[in-house]
Amino acid sequence: MMSVEYRMLFLEHIWLIPLLPAFGATLMFFFGRKLQKATVSAVCVGTIMLAFLLACGAVLQYTAWSSQPSHFHRPYQTVLYTWLGSDTGNLTYRLHDGSTAPFQADAGFLLDPLSSIWLLFVTGVGMLIHIYSMGYMAHEGGYYRFFGYLNLFMFSMLTLILANNYVLMFVGWEGVGLCSYLLIGFYFHRKSASDAANKAFIVNRIGDAGFLLGMFFIAWYFGSLRYTDVTRLAHGGHFAIGDPIITAATLLLFVGACGKSAQLPLYIWLPDAMEGPTPVSALIHAATMVTAGVYMVARSNALFVLAPKSMLVVAIVGALTAIFAASIGLVQNDIKRVLAYSTVSQLGYMFLALGVGAFAAGVFHVFTHAFFKALLFLGAGSVIHAMSGEQDMRNMGDLRKRIPVTYWTMLIATLAITGIPPFAGFVSKDEILWQTWTSEHGAYRVLWFVGYATALMTAFYMFRLVYLTFRGRPRMSHEVEHHIHESPTSMTAPLVVLAICSLFAGWLGWPHSLGGSDRFAQFLEPVFAREAQVFTEEGKAAQLAAGAKEEEHTSPTEYLLMFLSVAAAGVGFYMAGRAYGKAAKGYTEPIAVAAPPVYNTLLNKYYVDEGYDYAFTGRRKSGDVRLGVLGAGEASSWLDTNVIDGAVNGAGRITRLTATLSSWWDKWIIDGIGVNGPAIFARMLSYPARLFAWGLVQWYALVMTAGLVGFVFYYVYR
Amino acid sequence: MDAMLHISTSHYLVLGAALFLLGVIGVLTRRNVVIVLMSIELILNAVNLNLVAFSRLWGGLHGQVFSIFVITDAAAEAAVGLGILIAFFRNKETINVDEVNLLKW
Repeated sequence: MMSVEYRMLFLEHIWLIPLLPAFGATLMFFFGRKLQKATVSAVCVGTIMLAFLLACGAVLQYTAWSSQPSHFHRPYQTVLYTWLGSDTGNLTYRLHDGSTAPFQADAGFLLDPLSSIWLLFVTGVGMLIHIYSMGYMAHEGGYYRFFGYLNLFMFSMLTLILANNYVLMFVGWEGVGLCSYLLIGFYFHRKSASDAANKAFIVNRIGDAGFLLGMFFIAWYFGSLRYTDVTRLAHGGHFAIGDPIITAATLLLFVGACGKSAQLPLYIWLPDAMEGPTPVSALIHAATMVTAGVYMVARSNALFVLAPKSMLVVAIVGALTAIFAASIGLVQNDIKRVLAYSTVSQLGYMFLALGVGAFAAGVFHVFTHAFFKALLFLGAGSVIHAMSGEQDMRNMGDLRKRIPVTYWTMLIATLAITGIPPFAGFVSKDEILWQTWTSEHGAYRVLWFVGYATALMTAFYMFRLVYLTFRGRPRMSHEVEHHIHESPTSMTAPLVVLAICSLFAGWLGWPHSLGGSDRFAQFLEPVFAREAQVFTEEGKAAQLAAGAKEEEHTSPTEYLLMFLSVAAAGVGFYMAGRAYGKAAKGYTEPIAVAAPPVYNTLLNKYYVDEGYDYAFTGRRKSGDVRLGVLGAGEASSWLDTNVIDGAVNGAGRITRLTATLSSWWDKWIIDGIGVNGPAIFARMLSYPARLFAWGLVQWYALVMTAGLVGFVFYYVYR
Repeated sequence: MDAMLHISTSHYLVLGAALFLLGVIGVLTRRNVVIVLMSIELILNAVNLNLVAFSRLWGGLHGQVFSIFVITDAAAEAAVGLGILIAFFRNKETINVDEVNLLKW
């Protein structure tokens, strides 16, 4: 018994994992300014390392715990206290069917395979990026501020992941949004950076409204916001497939996911978010935060399978985002923007997978993507570091020999994202495409084709990036060329570790058809497996997740698709090589030569920002960053100045008037009659008495003597 | 010699009254505080003379003892008075009694 309790120590103290970075952030907030850089790094990187170790311990203990027959495949849940509402059950609200439910949200933590995966890669990749930041930010001002924000972000992200209910998840959700805002605007003295931060925050707010409404629907329909309760009820067979309320709730949740995970039409903030420091782009806007939407949808999988229409929307939005962003990425010249559009596109893949019911495949792509995309961004940061801050690929070229570690690690990441076996991206992307092909008896094959075209584009723009940056002819100025140097070890070491992960992470989910056992999907089975059951019960056995299993024996098609996607990667590689392999100064873009209008449209990102400006903001624009939906137009501005500010000013005027009256009353009535009145009265009464005291001591003595003489005469001669 | 033997009590009383009168006039008329204090000493000594004279007349010792008390008291009074005088001089650079007028209304 003792040994069992001892072994559960990490699981029981799982709340320590988010608390550690919170501690670091608090310390930075209060004392950071006075601390040495070395102390700041020790505290902030130390907390994340410790959190990573605790996370590893917790996940190991969870796998042991959940394999015991008494709680086989159950999520581990621990509630610290009731955070919102009442735990007495006295505070209730009315549900859709007239019954009541307690209004309550826990500060509780839940660990199951799904959150385990997020927990591991968030703390792991987070730790590597913290280490990298020590080198990258070494010469920047606001070092403690940067690490304080990063730690605050880790706290919020871990809260988001480990929460056991939607409300606490929403706290983390808003927390990561805030940290994203703070870190995009880290160089706040640059107008474009603060505009980009505003844009990210405001666009996310739209998504958050959807998430909140979805949450209200769930609370109103299910009477609880705990994942375990909602999942149990959804699996209980009380609800018909296609239930309109559940469809509405899931669609609203997906709006939230669109905001956070940068899907159409709310993706516009992510490319501008590249104004932040590069480690931030790697951590928040590539590896972790932007996958929160995927996490939320995967977490609500029990609801989504009850709403096939929502699933269809998710799949279509995902596929469209994937190809839309990839096509913009084809022509961008800023190295970080290419990667930003690539991130949007890969997130689209993940939603495509979720939408066709291949939840495990989507999560798997999140997992592998975290490694190779973090690596790409950190590599880009290393390139920018070497190029003295230059981000435009037109001014790079031939960096291969000068920064070899960065080159080789970025090449590995590129091979991974383009889906060349045996790198990680091949396994996960191929799984998504295969599941898309097979689901619904092939009804989604159009989406498969979109995904396939995206894969081709991905290969092209990624190899274009590699060729323009590391090969071809050097196109930078002599001064910059002179300063090119490989980054310090604290930056290259994380690159190497991530490169190793990008190579091997895919092997966790190596498919059956290639002799693997897809252990990743097996690990996730307790979370997603029951979807297949639901559909079996409803007599639609062939649907969604089950569909893949049914057609598993049609291997020839699978091999053919695999070959096709590798071929696509090869074609992309070949085309990029032909176009940019020998790019010298003043090279030409092949698309610009072939079809200038298409090139301009892509270069201007389909004029989406301009469209939004026109539709929502009265064409407001400042600097390079368009404000997007900021301000929501003249009407909102008018409302703000006249109604909101008017109310504020009116309140101010009323206060001032009352204060004037009060002041008058105090001055004349209280002070005048109450306090000074008696004093004046006393002064008047005392006037005759005062006449006797005129201040000459000898006169007093004379009067006294006269009085004495007077008395003597009186008593002697009476 | 003979005349001295016939110094009667009334002689003392007349001398005492004269001293007292001189003292009172000094207190009432002089502006210099030092002189005023000296005049007060005159008054006290006039009283002492009376006490001693009556003690001699009635043969009791109380009057003589009491006069010693008065001398002691006069010494103390002079010390305190001069102390006040110095403090006053430090503030006003004068010892004129008619400039001691801060306590009037």
